[in-house]
Amino acid sequence: MTILDSPPPAGGTTVRHEPPSLDAGPAPRPLTTTTAEDRLVMAGSWVAGFAMAWLLTQRLLPWQGGLVLGLTTFACSMAVLAVASAMTTSASVVRDRLASTTVHAAAAVVGAALVWTIGFIFARGLEALPHLNLITEDMSGVGPRDPFDRGGILHAIAGSLIQVGIAVAITVPLGIGTAVFMTEVGGRYARIVRTVVEAMTALPSIVAGLFIYTTLIIGLGVDRSGLAAAMALAVMMLPIIARASDVVLRVVPGGLREASLALGASRWRTVWHVVLPTARPGLATALILGIARGIGETSPVLLTSGAASFLVVDPTDGVMNSLPLFIYTTVRSGEPMYIARAFAAATVLLVIVLALFVAARLLARPPKGLR
Amino acid sequence: MSTWVRTAEPSVDADAPRRLVGAESGADRAFVVSMRAIGTTVLLITGGIGLFLALQAWPTLRHYGLSFFTETQWEPEADVIGIGSVLVGTFSVALVALVVAFPLALLTALYISEYAPARLRGLLVSMVDLMAAVPSIIYGLWGFFVLQPHASAIAHWLHVHLGWIPFFTVEADADAAVWEQSRYTASAFVAGLAVAMMVIPMACAVMRQVFSQAPTGEREAALALGATRWGMIRSVVLPFGRGGIIGGTMLGLGRALGETIAVLLIISPAFDLKIRVLEVGTNTVSALIAGRFGEANGAQLAALLTAGFVLFVITLIINTLAAVVVARSRSGAETDA
Repeated sequence: MTILDSPPPAGGTTVRHEPPSLDAGPAPRPLTTTTAEDRLVMAGSWVAGFAMAWLLTQRLLPWQGGLVLGLTTFACSMAVLAVASAMTTSASVVRDRLASTTVHAAAAVVGAALVWTIGFIFARGLEALPHLNLITEDMSGVGPRDPFDRGGILHAIAGSLIQVGIAVAITVPLGIGTAVFMTEVGGRYARIVRTVVEAMTALPSIVAGLFIYTTLIIGLGVDRSGLAAAMALAVMMLPIIARASDVVLRVVPGGLREASLALGASRWRTVWHVVLPTARPGLATALILGIARGIGETSPVLLTSGAASFLVVDPTDGVMNSLPLFIYTTVRSGEPMYIARAFAAATVLLVIVLALFVAARLLARPPKGLR
Repeated sequence: MSTWVRTAEPSVDADAPRRLVGAESGADRAFVVSMRAIGTTVLLITGGIGLFLALQAWPTLRHYGLSFFTETQWEPEADVIGIGSVLVGTFSVALVALVVAFPLALLTALYISEYAPARLRGLLVSMVDLMAAVPSIIYGLWGFFVLQPHASAIAHWLHVHLGWIPFFTVEADADAAVWEQSRYTASAFVAGLAVAMMVIPMACAVMRQVFSQAPTGEREAALALGATRWGMIRSVVLPFGRGGIIGGTMLGLGRALGETIAVLLIISPAFDLKIRVLEVGTNTVSALIAGRFGEANGAQLAALLTAGFVLFVITLIINTLAAVVVARSRSGAETDA
């Protein structure tokens, strides 16, 4: 449709030629405005609420503790805010302000809890972390009273990497292959496979460990080893990775597949050259998040690997340690120096997970200039 | 001169899709066969686990009958085995986690989708995903070392002031001059708080996704009619996202039921059937398995597998219901567009 500015001259039609605006539609308007009054009422309510809460908890009632003070502050501030707003505005605005305060407070609580958790782990890990031998030595012959410049968690890091490496080597071809089968081949049989795989994502990780413990260690007489732990991790990760890859492959536009097939490509070429490359960022994200899940999971490893205090690199050669298992066993020992080492290991584990997470985010981002 | 108009009805099935029969190449046949083989392998592995658990559970369930679900003690020497107390413990930990996590997850999801500045939104979504990626043992450490003292203070407060509610009683003297802190630690309440940290990101991610799909037209209509932001949320976003709220919460519940290591680190195991969540000592199915597998012989191992199977079936039912609820809410979004 074209709009004409002036009547067209006789004998011809002029069409106004204007390139269509790229950002379709006007920029979103700010839907609400906060006035100075709003902000002052809000700030005043918090100050008044805190003062009331302090008086209540510290002077009038025998309630101790920072959390109690925080909760009371919130309750008092809400009350003050409600009264202060009701004096000047309508009931619906009062409700809006209360709701807005609650939403902001809850989000702040969740954010604070996350920061608190990560900050706490790093802070406690600092005690044993500055010693370089932490990542170059193992714990063989290191007693609970030995200083931090002896012993380390090399065996746990190596064990985690080996176990997760084996589990990934098993689950990735099977998981992605199953996802390709479910989306690209299809049919009733594929729907059965999908149903079973989705059902098995509900398998609690401890039950995966118990399954491997019962079949492999008790049933077949395999020793507790890194291999058994890797099998337990694989059993746990397989449905997760298969399902995540399935979700990623299903959002590949059907038009791309049809275009490839219409150009004469065979089905496997379509999958190999069109579907998988299109889904690569999504697949990488699913994979990395699956690895992060596997490396942090303690319960399957707890049942199947046994905790060695020395470096083991052969996964078939007896007991083997891993980061989560090391953290769990040393914290359980109750020795203060061991607990400090556990926190150092937890910091290392957290750093690994954070690095995997950031890598997943970067891969998931579409390449610049494409979109 | 006359015009003849053909009156025959056009054939209705003229547009039926043709069968596309191409000569399948050998490579294609090999592709399909090998993919089918991989799919079959995975089906055998995953289905085999489910079948194995069910087969192992059958003799135990037949031997103990219904008392397996009602018996509270776990004494294999006396041939008395039951998961009555651990099931109650599992659900009490999960319920504490949900009671804490549900409002926080809902409000955080609302904050991200409705209140947060658009620039921050991507970062906040990443933070929630990061929260889901933090290993459970980290939350366990946090709950054990940091949360426990604060939580026991809150537990004491709840006992003193709300002790008449059966959930909040503790078998300790509420009015003692120096309160026995050890009676208020290692409880289902503290474990539930740690598990809540794992439930929040799961539930929040689902809720946020559904909220962000709420139709823009209806949002703007509500605002144009003079609704405040909260009025718009209550009349448009929340009704639209009801499926996501329920489904996300149930997914979180499924996660909470199966959580092992954080719970194992915090609780002190006890086999009493009790709903006093603030009191020291509880047990969950997964903590039972982790605590008892080492000393178990054949029959006990089968009993542990049965407990694991029961947990798996409960989780499966909850997850399936959650998936159905979420899918139904999504399909509503498509018809509206």
